Amino acid sequence: MLRIHNLTTEFPTRRGAVRAVEEMSLSLQRGQIMGLVGESGCGKSVTLLSILRLVARPGRIISGSIHFEGRDILSMAPAEVRRIRGADIAMVFQDPLTTLNPVFRVGEQIRESLRVHRIGTGRTSRREERETVLSLMKEVGIPSPESRYWQYPHEFSGGMQQRALIAIALACRPKLLLADEPTTALDVTIQAQILELLSRINSERGTAILFVTHDLAVASEFCHWISVMYAGRIVEQGPVDEVIADPLHPYTEGLLRSIPRLVKPRRRLSPIPGDVPDLIGLTNRCSFESRCDRRMPECAERPVSLVDVGGGRHVRCILYE
Amino acid sequence: MLMRVRTVARNLCGLLYLICRHPSALIGLVILVAYVVMALFAPVLAPYPPNTGSVRQSFLPPAWQEGGSPAHLLGTDHVGRDILSRIIYGARVSLWVGVLSVAISMVVGLVLGAISGYYRGIIDDVLSRFAELLMAFPFLLFAIGVMAILGPGFFNLIAALTFKSWVEFFRLVRGETISEKTKEYVEAARAQGQSNFRIVTGEILPNIIHSVVVLATLRVGYMIITEASLSFLGIGVQPGVPAWGSMVDDGRDYVRTAWWVSTMPGLALLLLVLAINLFGEGLRDILDPRLKVD
Amino acid sequence: MKCDDYILRVEGLKKHFVLRRSLLTKILTRERDCTVRAVDGVDLVIRRGETLGLVGESGCGKSTLGRTILKLYEPTEGKILFRGEDIAGWRGKQMDLFRRSAQIIFQNPYASLNPRKTVRDILSVPLLKRGVKDPKEREEEMVTLLEKVGLKPWHIDSYPHQFSGGQRQRIGFARALAMKPEFIVCDEPVSSLDVSVQAQILNLLSDLQQEMSLTYLFIAHDLSVVYHVSDRVAVMYLGRIVETAPTEALFEDPKHPYTRALLSAIPSVDRETRRKRQILEGVVPSSIDPPSGCPFHTRCPQAFTECRLCAPRSVEVDSGHHVACHLYV
Repeated sequence: MLRIHNLTTEFPTRRGAVRAVEEMSLSLQRGQIMGLVGESGCGKSVTLLSILRLVARPGRIISGSIHFEGRDILSMAPAEVRRIRGADIAMVFQDPLTTLNPVFRVGEQIRESLRVHRIGTGRTSRREERETVLSLMKEVGIPSPESRYWQYPHEFSGGMQQRALIAIALACRPKLLLADEPTTALDVTIQAQILELLSRINSERGTAILFVTHDLAVASEFCHWISVMYAGRIVEQGPVDEVIADPLHPYTEGLLRSIPRLVKPRRRLSPIPGDVPDLIGLTNRCSFESRCDRRMPECAERPVSLVDVGGGRHVRCILYE
Repeated sequence: MLMRVRTVARNLCGLLYLICRHPSALIGLVILVAYVVMALFAPVLAPYPPNTGSVRQSFLPPAWQEGGSPAHLLGTDHVGRDILSRIIYGARVSLWVGVLSVAISMVVGLVLGAISGYYRGIIDDVLSRFAELLMAFPFLLFAIGVMAILGPGFFNLIAALTFKSWVEFFRLVRGETISEKTKEYVEAARAQGQSNFRIVTGEILPNIIHSVVVLATLRVGYMIITEASLSFLGIGVQPGVPAWGSMVDDGRDYVRTAWWVSTMPGLALLLLVLAINLFGEGLRDILDPRLKVD
Repeated sequence: MKCDDYILRVEGLKKHFVLRRSLLTKILTRERDCTVRAVDGVDLVIRRGETLGLVGESGCGKSTLGRTILKLYEPTEGKILFRGEDIAGWRGKQMDLFRRSAQIIFQNPYASLNPRKTVRDILSVPLLKRGVKDPKEREEEMVTLLEKVGLKPWHIDSYPHQFSGGQRQRIGFARALAMKPEFIVCDEPVSSLDVSVQAQILNLLSDLQQEMSLTYLFIAHDLSVVYHVSDRVAVMYLGRIVETAPTEALFEDPKHPYTRALLSAIPSVDRETRRKRQILEGVVPSSIDPPSGCPFHTRCPQAFTECRLCAPRSVEVDSGHHVACHLYV
């Protein structure tokens, strides 16, 4: 359904161009949940924005293709992209309070998203629209939707705001939901509620979800497939259980060793040494090389590509070439 | 100590470098420096003393006009005084009034604003209400009223201008202090047992001084205009002291026949205020996106 | 318990904030001043050399508790005993001594360092407080501190914005250590860091704890992190401690219904540690007007009449395992 091939998005800066996303390839089937995992600044959010062609200037997509249901989004006319945004592909953001408009009532905001894409399909009455909004609110688990309809965003708690945002995203029955850290700002118990809601939507409506998160544990519970990103590139990709149980790339492995786990006995964490590299001036060689405990002289010499190692798994590391 | 002097010097050099890369700030600064030099060296630069002239030479037009003479570049006024010389001397009044009144307002506003914002409570309530009360008066009207009571004179003028103008600084400093106060570095300082005085002066102040400086720069221009307005109305500095406002007033009756008497000091004023505003806006651009200096 | 067993003991601590409305608002809107009961009666013991984890969701008052313990906020009610002495009336010299022995490190590595000061300026303050007057000695000590927290000596003249988040956190840690404290409140020290850096900081914290025999109160919302670092854990809900227990006992056998729900919500990469999710209904009530009786009864799946009427006292159900719930009285 969604196939990204060799996508590269670049941001020019005074000190040189930053390749926020480089040679990104990814494909997502109907009804699948794909997790995009990585640390801050690894390019996971920019990937989402690129899919909707929402990358803010001066950033721009340099090369690659993004096929959605067989058509290349990157070569579409702007009006066509607008028709897809919100209707076929919808987005849920991290911070619900800044995403909802504080001066409009929540119900009306949901209704608005309904109206935007209804222009060609015949007029519906206000009442019908309101009915639809109420059922949407009920579906995402907002209690007493009749009174909540008329409330303002600040009267909602964080979890409820996120539910409202999901309702907005679902208004036009999208086939693909892009979720950018939708639970990061929430407490664990609320996070559990929202994740449950999203997986219910996924199984009931068959909506595919591209789920961006920095939390490997959330991704491992919620997603079917994951792609691990580092410094703008995908370093490992595969079915979630296999990647977690048997990570191939040294970065994935390091990541798994540095998260505290709820297992006994508790042992000392083994963090990845060093800091995330500056994206400026990165070459097409392995960007993890300086922090890698399995580096070889060869790593600094030639570029590495994402290789298929079978079983749907891909990895970008010289060890597997 | 030496360390401190060195860092200050380094910061100033860095600032100057940034100003040089910001065209409008640079233009403003250059003009401003020219005015300051003009005011400082008025006796050397002015071709004539400001208050002597002969009626025989009155209403000489500027040098480039017909009938003008190169001896009086910008012409003479109704009693034959050289306008250029008077403008040069007038810069002293304008700059002094502007700088001094803003400096006093800034100090008063800074102290009261910091106290108000840091301690809140009753002091804050009283000061804020008082400030709101003062805000309710139009500035010029207020200054005219104060001058009418105090009578003309340099220090009275400064007093009249400061009396209301500190409020601007007070409000800025108070607001910024309130927002800085909640940041964790202030709590860290408290956890280390620093005194309130040290926290305000050593931790908070360095973080808000930039916006205060920008406001001060922009206020200087406003003060200069107000001074000129008051002088124009005849309630500014002592009569006889050359001030641009009173010079404009002098030429008011002859605008049709001798336009330059009013226009020249007016242009001098315009250019100075423009320069100050250019510089101030530039400074804001440079300082506002916090700490770009590498 | 003998008094040299614990370094800090808190009894019936309350911290209420009053939201003042202006006179005009009161007249026009009939809104009254209201009280936020951020910390509402907390008993807590922190033993020498241990790490006590304090967990709870946002708004439960855990940060306020941490700060009130350090007297950064004046407590509304209750006692704070430091090494067996009530610190309520401490002023001047005594307070300075307390400040020296009890320090804090913060969550936000961007707001916790003054952006206008170099590392040297930041570290001089505590050293001068401690009376290290000689500049040379001070310089040497700063270098030792920087090395201790894993920074380089040449970082000393840099400004905070030249560091990454993890490095800033190290500077904040060095600032606290400069006072030679015994007790440090760690207020969400790793929650804004990336996982790979988070692990570095957690290891640093535990290394220095051993080396300098420090006691930590570790405040966090991330339960996996708390599980990893703490010897004992206290769970907070709406201004009160609902359960305290040794870490492994708490994670294996949580007693309080809130703790159970909280633990079941932790996402985990390991299949075997995932629990049956208990989704809590509703939202955390406001601490302006907390529910009567047990604060959790509005969301508790096991609540009964008594829960609505009176607040449960804390009882010891197992050695060192305290629960405040009517199910265990």
